[in-house]
Amino acid sequence: MPKLRIALVDETRERSDELAKALEAEGYAVVARLAGCEDQAGRLRELAVDVVIVDMQSPDRDVFEDMQQLSRDHPCPVVMFVEESDSESIQAAVRAGVAAYVVDGAKQRRVKPILEVAIARFNEFQQLRSELEEARTTLAERKRIERAKGILMQKRSLAEADAYRRMQKMAMDQKRRLVEVADQVIAMEEVL
Amino acid sequence: MTPKRIPLALRAAAHAAPARSKVEQQQISISVVPLADAATIVVACRRGLFERHGLDVTLSVEPSWASTRDKLVAGAVDAAHLLAPMAIAATLGAGPLRTPIVTALSLGMNGNAITFSRELAAQLPERAGAAALGAALRERIAQRAQRGERRIRLASVFPYSMHSYLLRHWLAASRIDPDADVDLRVVPPPRMVERLDSGAIDAFCVGEPWNTLAVQSGAGRILLSAREIWGLAPEKVLGVKLAWAERYPETHLAMLAALIESAEFCDAPENREEVARALSKTLGLSLEALLASLAANESPGAHVFSRHAAGFPWRSQAAWIAAQMLRWGQIEGPVDGKEVAERVYRTDWYRQAARRVGHDAPSEDWKIEGAHAAAWAVRSEAGSIAMAPDHFFDGRAFDPFQPL
Repeated sequence: MPKLRIALVDETRERSDELAKALEAEGYAVVARLAGCEDQAGRLRELAVDVVIVDMQSPDRDVFEDMQQLSRDHPCPVVMFVEESDSESIQAAVRAGVAAYVVDGAKQRRVKPILEVAIARFNEFQQLRSELEEARTTLAERKRIERAKGILMQKRSLAEADAYRRMQKMAMDQKRRLVEVADQVIAMEEVL
Repeated sequence: MTPKRIPLALRAAAHAAPARSKVEQQQISISVVPLADAATIVVACRRGLFERHGLDVTLSVEPSWASTRDKLVAGAVDAAHLLAPMAIAATLGAGPLRTPIVTALSLGMNGNAITFSRELAAQLPERAGAAALGAALRERIAQRAQRGERRIRLASVFPYSMHSYLLRHWLAASRIDPDADVDLRVVPPPRMVERLDSGAIDAFCVGEPWNTLAVQSGAGRILLSAREIWGLAPEKVLGVKLAWAERYPETHLAMLAALIESAEFCDAPENREEVARALSKTLGLSLEALLASLAANESPGAHVFSRHAAGFPWRSQAAWIAAQMLRWGQIEGPVDGKEVAERVYRTDWYRQAARRVGHDAPSEDWKIEGAHAAAWAVRSEAGSIAMAPDHFFDGRAFDPFQPL
């Protein structure tokens, strides 16, 4: 069977690369990246694209919705998402932020595995990003705790370990996170 | 961040009114697309009107109509700022994800205009009205065809949109075949101005502030306000899934009541500047453009949010929309326009919500669309409501009971 030809519309270059790699590994051919392209309908026709995978947040999605109307441009245009009755797939796609459009007569059921790969990749990317975010926050929080500790050491002439223990105790007594206590110490310092 | 919540009893005491019955769900999310006619929803949030009705609303700003529909259908949002035809399209299964979506509130009338590229505008008359402009465009199209030049490219925002139907109505009445004589396509509003500037499209029909932005950036000129095609055309609605509305009736009514109040505020000329500021802040749109879009007089959008029963979901308008879907081959007949309109446009819920905030509502669900060249009035629960002229430029009224 010839490889299904896929176009990607995703302005996040990194994610688009990852997705292309994953799809190629599954035996699909990624033939175009069309984010922001002026004549998307024309490109799809030239490249005989079967399926378009679109980032849910791309404003270009409405252009692909319109292709259902472009019967004059496509021999067998179907625009679809996932099987209509399958609300779980819809929810999964919405959560992951990916939509798929069959544009050139490929059988709808052949789209499902493609969409599944895309959803998995989008989710992985999302997780990677949130882990990165978390790491960044932790780093930022640790910096603020260090700063608060420094303030206490200087103002109260405390040793480093004592300053840290004092903040820990405040956090426990007030049922707050250590970083919140640190922010409070910093705020006080800024007021005075 | 969770906004500070005031206990219901205190809130009721503070404002001495609404929140009469308890809502089933306090936390609600509503999606909006960055456009001037998201005003009612955005202003209700910023002025605390939802809170007065016991709701804690989060806004979700959507980049496309397709994602708006998907999130509404998937339940990722509870209600949406929706192109009026989308509720009908989803219910009838035109396009993907067939799901019954209903509306009990129109988010206003008018708001669209047609902007032409500098080059094409220079060859067409200004302030000529829809009929003369259509005739001139038809001549240009014939000339270009004779010279073997490419077809004129026109854009709207979505296949199931008033933009598309108004544009098609205008072209067809000007004896231009929208599917053969011109190349009609979809371009997302944020890309309209650059495409007009680069020559990728020659004209577009879009909601404000995008026409004003094209003018301010020098990319094009507004030659026609959509209200010159249809005097008081419907535009956006507040869409919810039928299943959601049936499960959360009080929540829905509270949301409608807050929005009816908000629409009244948005309509007042003295509030328009505040409305523009709220929209600019929340949606990241140019304040300068919004101030022009929402100017009370002579603005290209000519927005009407509350006056002339603008919030009422006229079933005759739903029938007009269904007729356009049939006319342009988006759905296959036969379709019972009356039955569809009754299913999708919930005038009963509008009236309930309006009563709750002491707002008058029309007593009829249907009217002849486009039959009035002068001011007129409809019968209402409190007596009558003043209406503005609502005629079609080609003089053909739409009788929902005799659609052809």
